[in-house]
Amino acid sequence: MINWLANPARFMRLSARAVPWCGWTAAVVLAIGLFWALVVAPPDYQQGDTVRIMYVHVPAAWMALSVYLFVAVASAVALVWRHPLAEVAGRAAAPVGAAFTFVCLATGSLWGRPMWGAWWVWDARLTSVLILFFLYLGYIALVNAFDDPSRGGRAGAVLALVGVVNLPIIKFSVDWWNTLHQPASVMRVGGPRIAVSMLAPLLIMAFGFALLFAVLLMLRMRTALNERKAMALRLNSGIAAAPRPERAQTVSAHTAVP
Amino acid sequence: MAAFLGLFRRDLSLALRQGGDTGLVIGFFVLAVVLFPFGVGPEPEVLQRIGPGIIWVAALLAALLSLDRLFEADYRDGELDLLALSSLPLELAVLAKCAAHWVATGLPLTLTSPLLALLVDLDPGSIAILFASLLVGTPALSLIGSVAAALSLGARRQGVVLSLLVLPLYIPSLIFGAGAVEASGTGSGARAYMLILCAVTLAALAFCPWASAAALRQALE
Amino acid sequence: MGDIGTFLAMGGYAGFVWSAYAIALAILGGLSVYSWRRYRDSIAALERLQQDLGRRR
Repeated sequence: MINWLANPARFMRLSARAVPWCGWTAAVVLAIGLFWALVVAPPDYQQGDTVRIMYVHVPAAWMALSVYLFVAVASAVALVWRHPLAEVAGRAAAPVGAAFTFVCLATGSLWGRPMWGAWWVWDARLTSVLILFFLYLGYIALVNAFDDPSRGGRAGAVLALVGVVNLPIIKFSVDWWNTLHQPASVMRVGGPRIAVSMLAPLLIMAFGFALLFAVLLMLRMRTALNERKAMALRLNSGIAAAPRPERAQTVSAHTAVP
Repeated sequence: MAAFLGLFRRDLSLALRQGGDTGLVIGFFVLAVVLFPFGVGPEPEVLQRIGPGIIWVAALLAALLSLDRLFEADYRDGELDLLALSSLPLELAVLAKCAAHWVATGLPLTLTSPLLALLVDLDPGSIAILFASLLVGTPALSLIGSVAAALSLGARRQGVVLSLLVLPLYIPSLIFGAGAVEASGTGSGARAYMLILCAVTLAALAFCPWASAAALRQALE
Repeated sequence: MGDIGTFLAMGGYAGFVWSAYAIALAILGGLSVYSWRRYRDSIAALERLQQDLGRRR
């Protein structure tokens, strides 16, 4: 049984330095990206200024998929190797992924209305991203549905792995089916076929979103670890006649803590 | 093999003895379908158009009702621990339970569907396809439902969590099941839809017992 | 580029473009604020707890 404070302690030390660094970098990168996207980048010759929505929609979509992959990998590590941080990481990341997915769907809808004439169509890409959103919500509901939090974490991990099959469906849906959503312009064999003047702000915004995810992930993980430590302290001080704070150091990961 | 059949018979006799489960499921199915003409108006053209979808959605929701008792009773009294430790692989035990669940809920739903098809004015060819689509599709509902039931075992609000988990997973069966009936109604062949529906059920047969067993092992830890 | 009016009008698509950016800002910004607040609360609760336990010894 791993002493759960060993690795988490190292994580707390590293993240204490990483969070401010990532945070400020994210703010700067996003500011540059927003300015570039809204002011500098040219309007599209077909879509006009609505193409600027792409600079939020596409990075959000990329993050929605990447974060789910992160949750799935963390779930696999948690189930197979029982790494105590892996479960915390998966639970911390899921709400961020759900937020990105919602932004992707909402901005996509706002882009689709002027371009396609419809707020929503049931084509393969949109439908599978909607299912991704439901998978996130299901995961979040499941991990919080149990009195025993480690049971919730395990159930959620299995669900996350079952839902991974949705990711290739989303990615290749525009290739496999005749969809209204446009095919890939950036992540494709043969390289991107998008103008550099548009690719640059797109990549900057994507980088900014990735940094934002890193900051939020670390913040949420630190919060979870703090809350677990507080609960362990409360439990131990309630049990021990003469409360000795150092006893909390030996609480194992399998104690029921929220 | 004997263990598999024994478990199947035991679960089935439990479900049928209680009786209420099958009756509840069929009752809900009929009521849900009957509600729609009150909501959308009784015009035959409208009902014919949306009938297949209504019946399929109602079947989905009715199948949902009985899912939480799939593992619950055995989990409570420790029978599930015994099953996990027995010589019968847990995956096969799940399969036996799903089979019993299907006979007690999916099969009655399928048998009731022709009556409901009359309520929405479907033509005889479409009624036959509806019956076939439910016959092929409801096993997938039991199998996929077992995964969600295993995941939410012991949860505080199991019914709600289970619904949230399982309804998105039911969507492929729904699309192709209802689609098959609609295709038959408009004259274009239902064959492609039926084949894909069979594929979905076969995929569920291959994947779900394994996924449910994994979820059950996590629940029993 | 023109003046600020042209910029805000976004070629006639102002409603769509600005709503999209507003939603992104609201959702991601809201999550960030919420996560930060919860983080600060967790630190405060932990410090308070450790002080109480230290005093009780």
